[in-house]
Amino acid sequence: MNWSEFFHMGGYAFFVWTSYGVTLIVIVANIVAPVMQRKKIIARIKRAIKREQIELANSQQMANSGKTE
Amino acid sequence: MWKWIQRFSSPKYFYSMSAPLITWFSIAALLTGLYGLYLGLFVAPPDYQQGESYRIIFIHVPAAWMSLFIYMVMAVSAAIGIIWQIRLADMVAAASAPIGASFAFLALVTGALWGKPMWGAYWVWDARLTSELILLFLYLGYMALQSAIEDQRSADKASGLLAIVGVVNIPIIHYSVEWWNTLHQGATVAKFDKPSMHIDMLIPLLLMAVAFKLLYAALVLVRARNEALYRDRNRRWVRELIEKL
Amino acid sequence: MLKAYYHLLVRDLRLALRNRHELANPLIFFVLVVTLFPLAVTPTSEALRAMAPGVIWVSALLAVLLSLDRLFKQDYDDGSLDQLMLSPNPLMILVLAKVSAHWLLTGLPLVIIAPLLGLFMSLPSEAVTVLIYSLLLGTPVLSLVGAIGVSLTVAVNRGGVLLSLIILPLYIPILIFGANAVDVASDGLPVTGQLLFLGAVLALALSLAPLATSVALRITAAR
Repeated sequence: MNWSEFFHMGGYAFFVWTSYGVTLIVIVANIVAPVMQRKKIIARIKRAIKREQIELANSQQMANSGKTE
Repeated sequence: MWKWIQRFSSPKYFYSMSAPLITWFSIAALLTGLYGLYLGLFVAPPDYQQGESYRIIFIHVPAAWMSLFIYMVMAVSAAIGIIWQIRLADMVAAASAPIGASFAFLALVTGALWGKPMWGAYWVWDARLTSELILLFLYLGYMALQSAIEDQRSADKASGLLAIVGVVNIPIIHYSVEWWNTLHQGATVAKFDKPSMHIDMLIPLLLMAVAFKLLYAALVLVRARNEALYRDRNRRWVRELIEKL
Repeated sequence: MLKAYYHLLVRDLRLALRNRHELANPLIFFVLVVTLFPLAVTPTSEALRAMAPGVIWVSALLAVLLSLDRLFKQDYDDGSLDQLMLSPNPLMILVLAKVSAHWLLTGLPLVIIAPLLGLFMSLPSEAVTVLIYSLLLGTPVLSLVGAIGVSLTVAVNRGGVLLSLIILPLYIPILIFGANAVDVASDGLPVTGQLLFLGAVLALALSLAPLATSVALRITAAR
């Protein structure tokens, strides 16, 4: 069996290869989506941490400036 | 025993233990899948009735099996989450839904693509395709409910209950659709019943089914890890973990 | 327990009877939707007879679906749902009372008006009888299963479409058997099997749905 015959799939090439193609797309999407989601979640938590640190620093500063006056 | 379960089902423990598992599951899924594809596309002989078009079976049937299997996993873990208040189970249920929906979608698309050469139309109201479509709707309902409720815990419980109700309904739906279909048999073009399958076709089919299961195992772990991170985003273990990254 | 059931049932009926025009809405909707089909498709009696079972059943399904909202919505908004859950009576019984009231106010009127629609759709008289039986067995299931859905979505803002998304797939068996019973009856064939199936589903829903609904209500209330 040669390759062109293989890709021809006995005349059913469109149906067979579309099926396999769609499957590949769906599987890849299922792998990519959670990875992207993970990145988003981590970025979000990092932002939250940073924001909390800034707020903490601000409140300390306020407290300090209050003391010196 | 209870302590043991508590320890192993804590999101923190799960998060650290699941990383190597994902690697192993992915590798195993890839190897089984490639071998299954090789056997299915190159080794298995063409079907005497359907020619080469039957090769869609190697993804269509495993995808359909998976969609049902994942719904069961989802409902069982949702039940565990509701009854024993184990958060990890809720995460697994929530993580399973989009994967299950993808497999249901795949089963439908490949079924339609297989139906065109066999039945002469992309869509006929065949019992299995119709059941699969309803299963997809059940998944979509679960996901819609899950995302509509803001409070995470009640979202889990509410959608979990829906999954359980769905599981009770699936046999009834399946039976009634099957029955409905036999009544309207005239509408569908001759259902080709499969005589005992040739062993060279059966082995790749089973291999692909195993590959899909392993793929699901890897994907559900990845998603459940995301859920763990997100839901525990204000807890110390996540904070420490993120700061180390 | 029986007393609690009775009192809640009477209360719900009385509350509903206070604004009667709202009560008629699902019924009008039901008739209206069925009327659309001859206009949209064709008014010849053979065509109408062929599609009548499906059209009437789908319209009944949608009418019940639209009316489900009032099962718990008002009680949730004014807090009496919380009161009910605090009562010493088993919640299942109270749920059953509310569902019964809902069915008496929507399902039963649909059953009563159905013969008129059978006439509209030129169904033979045997089929009309079966239509009544099938609706009589089927609509309580619609209320019972719908109660699960409403109790899950009552706290969600704009939960209407969501409710149909989660409930309609669960209604499919009822639709198949109900519509088919009428279809078969209009061909003059026996329909005992279909009606028995509807009865079996009703028994199943009667025993399990109140349980699921009360769990769902507790989940909703815990928010």
